[in-house]
Amino acid sequence: MDIEGIGHHISRQYNEELEDIRTKVMEMGGLVEQQLVNAVKALEEDDSELAETVIATDYQVNSLEVEIDEECVQILARRQPAAGDLRLIMAVIKTITDLERIGDEAERIGKMSLNFKTNDNIKSTLPAIGHMGSRVRVMVHDALDAFARMDAEAALQTWHGDRQVDKEYEGIMRQLMTYMMEDPRSIPNVLDLLWTVRALERIGDRATNICEYVMYLVKGKDVRHISAEQMEKQILS
Amino acid sequence: MNNPDKLEAVNKNSQTQSDVCIKVNDLKLFYSEKSALHGINMSVPRNKVTAFIGPSGCGKSTLLRCFNRMNDLVDDVRIEGNITIDGDNIYDKSVNVADLRRRVGMVFQKPNPFPKSIYENVAYGLRIQGVNSRRRLDEAVESSLKGAALWEEVKDRLEDSAFGLSGGQQQRLVIARAIAIEPEVLLLDEPASALDPISTLKIEELIYELKDRYTILIVTHNMQQAARVSDKTAFLYMGDLIEFDDTNKIFTNPEKKKTEDYITGRYG
Repeated sequence: MDIEGIGHHISRQYNEELEDIRTKVMEMGGLVEQQLVNAVKALEEDDSELAETVIATDYQVNSLEVEIDEECVQILARRQPAAGDLRLIMAVIKTITDLERIGDEAERIGKMSLNFKTNDNIKSTLPAIGHMGSRVRVMVHDALDAFARMDAEAALQTWHGDRQVDKEYEGIMRQLMTYMMEDPRSIPNVLDLLWTVRALERIGDRATNICEYVMYLVKGKDVRHISAEQMEKQILS
Repeated sequence: MNNPDKLEAVNKNSQTQSDVCIKVNDLKLFYSEKSALHGINMSVPRNKVTAFIGPSGCGKSTLLRCFNRMNDLVDDVRIEGNITIDGDNIYDKSVNVADLRRRVGMVFQKPNPFPKSIYENVAYGLRIQGVNSRRRLDEAVESSLKGAALWEEVKDRLEDSAFGLSGGQQQRLVIARAIAIEPEVLLLDEPASALDPISTLKIEELIYELKDRYTILIVTHNMQQAARVSDKTAFLYMGDLIEFDDTNKIFTNPEKKKTEDYITGRYG
């Protein structure tokens, strides 16, 4: 399955339906990516208005998920897709579930930032969280880009990026723990940050899921729950 | 006929034999000078359903008819290479074609019952084999009709004309006639393409049940049908076997672009 092969059905209407679904997934991905950027920014800059925007956008994301799901069901029922088309529909159904969850996590960060009261001590963690946030955002962006271009190798490369996210996550967790030990009164505030960092880490995981769907879509190989070496062998062979 | 002891013996026997029932070795077929099959090689597994798909004129029906030498009846047909069933070359000069067709039964697109009663249609093959015992014929008719999932619908009117049955029933009757003489292989040439969806599903269900006892080869234009009923799928295109693999593989991740284009409805 490659990007050139996506059209070319004898039925032009079928081409249009599949193209429409792909466009909507990209639209949903764009919304979610923006949600994520805004959520982290709202936290960093203590911008409650932006946080409200993040929360409001979630409705749009959710309704797109429902809409795309419905279109996929229609295609399954009416077209009985096979081979690459079938894998595309499966990949879309799974991808939008993960995108919707990424949206939920971003919404959670937005809500957190509304409660968050900065004090000098824990404020020093914010740049690290911001850094992790942009790394995760790039992952989501690259995963969607790989999806749009149907590029399994790019998906594999993005998939590897999660290791770095996990490292940053552990580093920030350690830092937050020391704050809690030093000053138990900071615990409620630190917990908010902790949940935020956790949300970012989960977003990274969901981006790797999307990468796995792209590899499945392009190569027809299920690469979930296998080692990185096995995955490379399957995708680069 | 079909008595349990014999059946069990057959099953045991088939388990000990290799899993390949039919081997096609570099089979070429020409209609006068025009080549219709350009060297087909494949191993058809025993007690499985193998589907042949491909666009009109790709040679799938021609290939199917090679398995019981139906092409012998067509003028100007020349065949090179061979087909073995259980190791016997069916194109060997010593082969009696009538015996071969007893081993390899065939069902066609349009149901073709004989202008006789339901009972006589099923008993026909046995009668020409010289079986006359009423008790044996009764048993064979009953078990074949049960095997073809038709018994419950016709048991009270066995003496009625077969033409009084619906198309789907007629097709199952023809299958009952084919299995009454206990062939090893069943060839089905678009067996459901003239039937309504419910009758089609009944035929498909029947195919699923029959594969325990027969090796089944089916030609179908309906790709979803191939996907539903078969274990293996062969894709033919312009006289070549493009791809032959597990049906699961063919319909989710075929190796060849031609296969993918065909099953997804693209122009190659």
